[in-house]
Amino acid sequence: VVPESTGFAELLNKARERYPAVFDNLGTAALWVLFAGLLIAALILYTNLFVVGVIFGSIIALGAIGLTLIYGIMKFAHFAHGDMMMLAAYLAFFALTGRIVGEKTEVDLGWSLDRLPGATTGLGPLSFGYGLLLAMLVALIATVALFVALDNLIYRRLRQRGSGIVIFAMVSLGIAIVARSVILILWGPEPRFYVPGIFPAHEFPFGIKLKADQIFIFATVAIAAILVYFLLFRTRIGKAMRATSDNPELARVSGIDTDQVIRWTWAIGGALVAVAGVLLAIQAQLKPELGFTILLPLFAAAILGGIGSPQGALIGAMIVGITQEVSLGVEISIAGRDILPQILPLAPGYKFAVAFVILILILLVRPQGLFGAKA
Amino acid sequence: MKADRFITPAAWALVTVAIVTLPASRSQDLGGVISFLTGFAILVAIFAILALGLNVQWGYTGIFNFGVVAFFMVGAYTAAIITKGPATTEYVRYVGGFGDKLDFIPFLDSEQWLPFLFGTAGAAIVAGALAFVLSIPTLRLREDYLAIATIGIAELLRRIAIEEKGLVNSDRGLIGIPSPLEDLVNPPEYKFIFFGVVVGLVILILIALEAGSRSPWGRVLKAIREDETTAAAAGKDIFNFKMQSFVVGAMIMGVGGAAYAYYSRSVSPDAFTHFFGTFLIWAMLIVGGSGNNKGAILGAYIVWGFYSITGLMRAYFADWGLEFLELRMSFLRDFVVGALIVIVLLLRPAGLLPEERRVSLFMQREDKQPTPPGEPESGPTGSRADAPPDREKGSGGQAS
Repeated sequence: VVPESTGFAELLNKARERYPAVFDNLGTAALWVLFAGLLIAALILYTNLFVVGVIFGSIIALGAIGLTLIYGIMKFAHFAHGDMMMLAAYLAFFALTGRIVGEKTEVDLGWSLDRLPGATTGLGPLSFGYGLLLAMLVALIATVALFVALDNLIYRRLRQRGSGIVIFAMVSLGIAIVARSVILILWGPEPRFYVPGIFPAHEFPFGIKLKADQIFIFATVAIAAILVYFLLFRTRIGKAMRATSDNPELARVSGIDTDQVIRWTWAIGGALVAVAGVLLAIQAQLKPELGFTILLPLFAAAILGGIGSPQGALIGAMIVGITQEVSLGVEISIAGRDILPQILPLAPGYKFAVAFVILILILLVRPQGLFGAKA
Repeated sequence: MKADRFITPAAWALVTVAIVTLPASRSQDLGGVISFLTGFAILVAIFAILALGLNVQWGYTGIFNFGVVAFFMVGAYTAAIITKGPATTEYVRYVGGFGDKLDFIPFLDSEQWLPFLFGTAGAAIVAGALAFVLSIPTLRLREDYLAIATIGIAELLRRIAIEEKGLVNSDRGLIGIPSPLEDLVNPPEYKFIFFGVVVGLVILILIALEAGSRSPWGRVLKAIREDETTAAAAGKDIFNFKMQSFVVGAMIMGVGGAAYAYYSRSVSPDAFTHFFGTFLIWAMLIVGGSGNNKGAILGAYIVWGFYSITGLMRAYFADWGLEFLELRMSFLRDFVVGALIVIVLLLRPAGLLPEERRVSLFMQREDKQPTPPGEPESGPTGSRADAPPDREKGSGGQAS
């Protein structure tokens, strides 16, 4: 007779074999419990903030998946990721409205997607019409072309020279500054919107309030994530990418064309950056400085999930997004008395600092991330 | 090779000619031009101090600090609250305000410079202490993680300065910071006195750093930069030396922050953006030449010179009717700073004044160009052509 506990132990052993990363040390387990506990508490106590956090987290996820692929395959921190997101969002704005800033007033180029018949009529309950979707496609193609071109012109030369990761990171920072100043030169520092106006939120059960646009964001991210999954796990190039990420030398001697892998990585990263940028601008607005602000959550998500692991980046992004939103609304009180009234609830300005605190925590306890292989 | 030798003097000459002729051609008043040039030189000196601090961390030791603005800002605020008197109205709230208590050494008749000495020393100590605390969790990280962590720390400190209302008066900042020796002369001439003070600081730091870099201590730092494993195998305590370098660099940045506070007489969180406080300093060090103290100073001169020249050009664009350019000039120069970082790293990674390879004073200098931090030892076409840089390269190897 096999006692029931053995079944559980077997299950645990199987789980340990299946997910060695999860069980390899106590600190990690504690980290998992901490995050899981936080998320469950947030879900029960602050359902609405939790849902808003999921929406925000899904935008971060798209950026973080691209970031983690670039990081995993080319082994450097791509500091231009956030600013490229914003540049893509502005390119979509340009394709949609045809407007750039002029000498004193706006210059309208006279041709743009919103002049197509019915392009700005809201799709169902959404605030925007099919014009924005076409604009997103234009931005996507432009960003992919830009990323591949930048690799050809700049990063490839650094690779040929064998520069260290720091030089790559530094160069990407220079590109980030350039991208940001291009936005400022062409569209100015004032915030912009794809569709001006305020749109009402819909009421859902459990006190959840969501705008139709936010549901669109979540759905788009879900589709993009599924596409990335198929690309990585069901295609030849995806297999080559994962092999290169695991061990570049071994991949090369096994006959994998690493140049092609790198081009594909930039292309996928660029496509994800473009979609993430447009979604971020739908959720918030178009602001030049947002590109740098979003960078910390992106890195926090990628490192939390483990560099090179897209599924890790997805989960890491959700944790970062939810923690950010919920930490602003939490008031801890015991027996009717607020504790830590000075610190919680956090001032809104600390929103993006939350990502940093998570980042430091993970770097201290488990620098390889939740899903990363042990060093 | 020949064209190479011209770039450095050419860049220097171009900036110098432009910075002198542009204001001179618009203004007939010689005094005004000299006053402008003095102000320019003071800012170059302040930036040179910051770039020297970064050079200790990055140029000597290879510590990838992307949070320069954190130490810059902490130094400036510390100097401000030490030299200022306490707050007088309820609308201005900040901690400290020790300026009026710092006249306790009677024979030094302190008002004019004792608060300044305390403020500068305090800025260095607080920035150094911050670096010490931060080094414990972060310095063991891989270098790119360190960069991300330092950006985060800088952002967090900026947020604290803005959000904690009673700490340093939030986003309105502190104004009315006293300057050293300001009662000696009339306000219009004060710039010259301050110029002397800040140049004195640069020279002092430069002498100390040159001595340090040639000492056994400096050689250990460079050994760590080149190859941590070998340095560790030679019995050097890597973490300890890295921490010392990080703290010394941060203290110098703190002094730079103090000088900035005395000069601008006001500090507010908007002044300490990542671009202005960190990336501009990096551009200076990269353009000038990492690992070379004189390069850091030259870089501060060239980059800030370029910045000021584009500011002066605005008036011309307005005259020529190029209003679009005039309005966009400040963004355009950010563009050029970003492009400069990329171009210099691609074409001339050692910078305008490459590091001098000096093993010891008793050995002859080698002709071979030294490699800047982060670059491979084996010239442009190594055996690693087209290989993705591998993960272990130059990393402390905590996580891979």
